[in-house]
Amino acid sequence: MTTDFLVVDELSKSFGGVKALDRVGFSVAQGEVLGIIGLNGSGKTTLVNVITGFIRPDSGHVWLRGKEITGLAPEKIAGLGIARTFQTVRPFHHLPAFKNLIVPLYSSRIRSAAGGGRWGDRDAVALDLLEEVGFERDSSVPYKPAAALPHGYLRRLELARCLALRPEVIITDELFSGLSSSEVSSLMPLMEKLRERGITLVMVEHRLRELFRLARRVIVMEQGRKIAEGPPQAIVADNAVRETYLGAEL
Amino acid sequence: MLRSIFIYGLINSIILALTAVGFSLTYGISRVANFAYGALYVLAGFAAWVLLHRLALNYYLALFLAVVFVALVGAALYRFALIRVRGMPISEIIVTFALGTALVELLRFFGLFGSAYGLPPLRRATLQLLGVPVDFQRVALVVIGAVLILALWLFTHYTKIGLAFRAIAQDEQAAMMVGIDPDHMATLSLALGSALAAVAAVVVLPLGYIAAESGSNILVFAIAVCILGGLESPAGVIVASLLIGYAQILSVAYFGPHYQMIVALLAILVTLVFRPSGLFGKQKELEERV
Amino acid sequence: MAKRRERIDRPIRVLTEDIYALESLSRMIYVAAPSVFPVLFLLLLPLFTPSLYMQRVLILTAVYALLALSWDFIAVATGLVSLGQALFFGVGAYLAAILNLHFGLPPMVTLLVSTFAGAAIATALVAPCLPLRGVYFAMTTLVYPLLLARTIEATAVLGGTDGLVGIASFPNVWVERYLVLAFVLGATFALRRLLRTDFGLVMRSISDNDQAVRASAINITVYKLVAIYLASALGCFAGAYFTHLYMFVGLSAFSLDLSILPIACAVVGGMGTLVGPVIGAFVLVPLAEMVRDLGTLRVVFYSLLLVALVLFKPEGLMSFLERKYRQIERWVQV
Repeated sequence: MTTDFLVVDELSKSFGGVKALDRVGFSVAQGEVLGIIGLNGSGKTTLVNVITGFIRPDSGHVWLRGKEITGLAPEKIAGLGIARTFQTVRPFHHLPAFKNLIVPLYSSRIRSAAGGGRWGDRDAVALDLLEEVGFERDSSVPYKPAAALPHGYLRRLELARCLALRPEVIITDELFSGLSSSEVSSLMPLMEKLRERGITLVMVEHRLRELFRLARRVIVMEQGRKIAEGPPQAIVADNAVRETYLGAEL
Repeated sequence: MLRSIFIYGLINSIILALTAVGFSLTYGISRVANFAYGALYVLAGFAAWVLLHRLALNYYLALFLAVVFVALVGAALYRFALIRVRGMPISEIIVTFALGTALVELLRFFGLFGSAYGLPPLRRATLQLLGVPVDFQRVALVVIGAVLILALWLFTHYTKIGLAFRAIAQDEQAAMMVGIDPDHMATLSLALGSALAAVAAVVVLPLGYIAAESGSNILVFAIAVCILGGLESPAGVIVASLLIGYAQILSVAYFGPHYQMIVALLAILVTLVFRPSGLFGKQKELEERV
Repeated sequence: MAKRRERIDRPIRVLTEDIYALESLSRMIYVAAPSVFPVLFLLLLPLFTPSLYMQRVLILTAVYALLALSWDFIAVATGLVSLGQALFFGVGAYLAAILNLHFGLPPMVTLLVSTFAGAAIATALVAPCLPLRGVYFAMTTLVYPLLLARTIEATAVLGGTDGLVGIASFPNVWVERYLVLAFVLGATFALRRLLRTDFGLVMRSISDNDQAVRASAINITVYKLVAIYLASALGCFAGAYFTHLYMFVGLSAFSLDLSILPIACAVVGGMGTLVGPVIGAFVLVPLAEMVRDLGTLRVVFYSLLLVALVLFKPEGLMSFLERKYRQIERWVQV
C-alpha cells in the first residue's frame, strides 16, 4: 500500500478575491477511504472540481501514481481512472436508466480496455452494472426513463456511471445528501463493497455517522483551508473542529 | 486629422455605450438576452417620428412619450411572452429574436426604409472643439450619455429598486427569500433596458435617418460591446465602447465606411474565442459561458 | 356528466418496440407506412407538379427542409441554438460558384466538393465557439453570416454586392428535381439512424448534461465537431445546389431569412425529432411562398407564428401526428 497514490499539493483557487481553496494538500493511499468534511462554502466542492479537472487551480499540483494531472481536461482525468459524482444529480433524463451507462461505456477508456473495435453488448454490461448498484434486475426500473426515477435510484445511477469507467478512484460529492436515513443505510453495503474491491474512495460528505463508518481518515475544511486531519475519533475529539463544525451534532 | 479622430472616436464610443447599456442591464439583472433590442431601438425612433410629425407634439414631449412607450413594450414582452418560457434559453432566444424580426419587418412593410424618415436634432448648430467642427447634437449626445451612465450607476447603488436589481443579479434564490419577486424584477429590467434603447434612439437617430436595417446593426453593436466588456459589467461597457468606438473610427478613416460593422463583428468573435469572460467579466460568468 | 379523454397505445405498440409482429399484412403496413408513404409521396411529387412555379416552390421547400434539419440536428446533438444557418448556406453557395467559375468544375462535382469541403470550412469557422454555451453560441452564430456578407461588401471580392453570375446549371430538370429530394430523404434517415446508435446516444446526452459526459471520460468537443460538420454539410449542399439552380450567387446567400425560417420550420414540425422539421418545412415554406406578394410582411407572418408556437404549442406537429397514429383516443365518462 503506497501512500502517494493520489497526491494533492498546495492547491489554491480564488474566485474574485474570495479564497475558495487556500494551499490545500493531502495524499491518499490506494484502496483507502478518505472523508472530507466542512461547512457549506468551505471549498469542498471546489476541491473536487479542481482534482477532476472541471476547474483550473491558480496554483498547486495533483498527482496520480506520481504522474502530474493538474489542469488536464475533465475527460482526460476521468480517462485515467478518476470517476466522480455530482452534488446535484442530473442524469441523462430522456434516456432509460440503463442507457445512461452507455455514455461511459462508449468512452475510449472502456473501449480500448476491451480490445478496441465493437465490444460485447453494451446494454448487457449496463444492466449488470445497474444490478451491482442495487437496481432490481427483473423489474422495470432499469428500463424507466431516468427522469422518472426516485432520488435514491438516481444516486445509485451516479455510482453506476462511475463504476462503468472501471475506476481506480471514485470521488463522491455529498452522495448521501437528500436521502432518507433508510436510503442511506441501504447504500452503505454498496459503499463497503466498493471499499472491499480496493477502489480508492474520496468522500465529501455531510452525513458524519455513515462517513465515519467508512473512512479511516478524515480531513476537515474551513474557509478553503484544511484545519484538521486524522482518524475519525481524533477528529471528533479535536477541539478546534468541535468548535467550528461539530458543536451541536456530537 | 488626429484631432478629429480623437473627437469623433469619443463621440462614437459614447454612442456605442448608450446603445449597449440597456442590453447589458437587462441581461445582468434577469439573464434575458434580449434579441429584440435592435427592433425596440428602431421602434422608438419610429414612435418619436409619428408623435412629432403626425401628431405634431412638442419635441421634448414626443421624445419622452416615445421612451415611455418603448419601455411599456419591453415590459409587455416579458409579461406576455418571456414569462412563459423562462429558464429555457432556446425558447427565450427564439422568442426575442423572432419578435424583433417581426417588428422590424412590420415597420419596413409600412415604408420605414431609405432616408424618408428622420428626427430633427435638438438644435441646428455647429461648435468648434479643438478646432474640429462638431454639430450640436453630437456634443449634446456626449453629455447625455455621460449623465445617463452616471445616473444608472447611482440608481443601481443607492435606490431600493436598484439594490433589488443587484441582489437578484447576484443570487436569485437569496433575493427571493427576502421577498424580491424575480418576475417583477425581470419585467422592470426589460422595461428599463428597452427605455435605454429608446433614449439611445431618440438622441442618436437625428444624426442619420430611421431605417429598419439599423435594427440588426444596433443589436450587433450592443452585443459586441457587452461581450467585449463582459456582460453585466458597467465598467466593461465603458471600456469596450471606447475600444470599439475608436477602432471603428480608425477603420473608417483608413479603410472605408463598410469596416465599421466588421470591426464590431470581429470584436465579438475574437473576444469569445480568446477571452470568453470579456475584459471585465467575473468568474461566475465564465462558468456560465464555458 | 364529466368526461375525460383517454389515450391508449394501439395494441401493436404493446407487443414490442423492436421486433414487430409481422404475422399479418395490415400490421406490416401499419409498421411500415410512416416511413414508406412520405418517401413515396416525396418521390412522386415532382411528377405531379406541372407548373414551373410549383416546381420552384417544391425545390425551395426541400432547401429549407435541409436547413431546418441541420438546425434541429445541432440542437439535438449539442444542445446549442444556431441563429446562423445562413453561414452554412452561404459558404456552400459561394464555394460552388468559385469552383465552377474559376476551376471550371461541372455542377455535380462542385456540389460534392462544396458539401464536404464547405462543411469543413464552416466547421473550422464555428469550432472556436464550440465551448460556449447557450446565448453566447447563439450570438456568435448570428454574427458569422453578417461578418462574411459585410466583408464581401467592403472588400468587393467575389463580386461584391453584385454577386457572381454565369454559373453552370444542372444537366437536366430531372437531376435538378430529384437530387435535392433524394438528399433530403437520405439525410433525414441517415441522421435519425445515427442518433439511434451508441455514438448518437452520447451526442444526445451532451445536450442533457455535458458535465456528466465529460466526467464519463468522453471528449465532448469531438462530438460537437462531428455534429457541426454533419449539420453544415446539409447547409452547404443546400447553398451549392441553390447556386447552380439560379446560376447566380449574391449576398442574399447570407440573408436572415435563411436563418430564421428553418427555425420556424423546426418549431412547427417539432424540435428534436429530425423528421418534424422536414414536415414543418413542407407546411410552412409553401405557405410563406403563397404570401410572397406581401413582401416583407411574410417574414412578420412566420416570425409571429414561430413565437406563438414556441409559447403555446411547443410540442410541434410531429409528436401530434405520432400520438394520433400510435394511440387510440376516446372519451370516457368519469
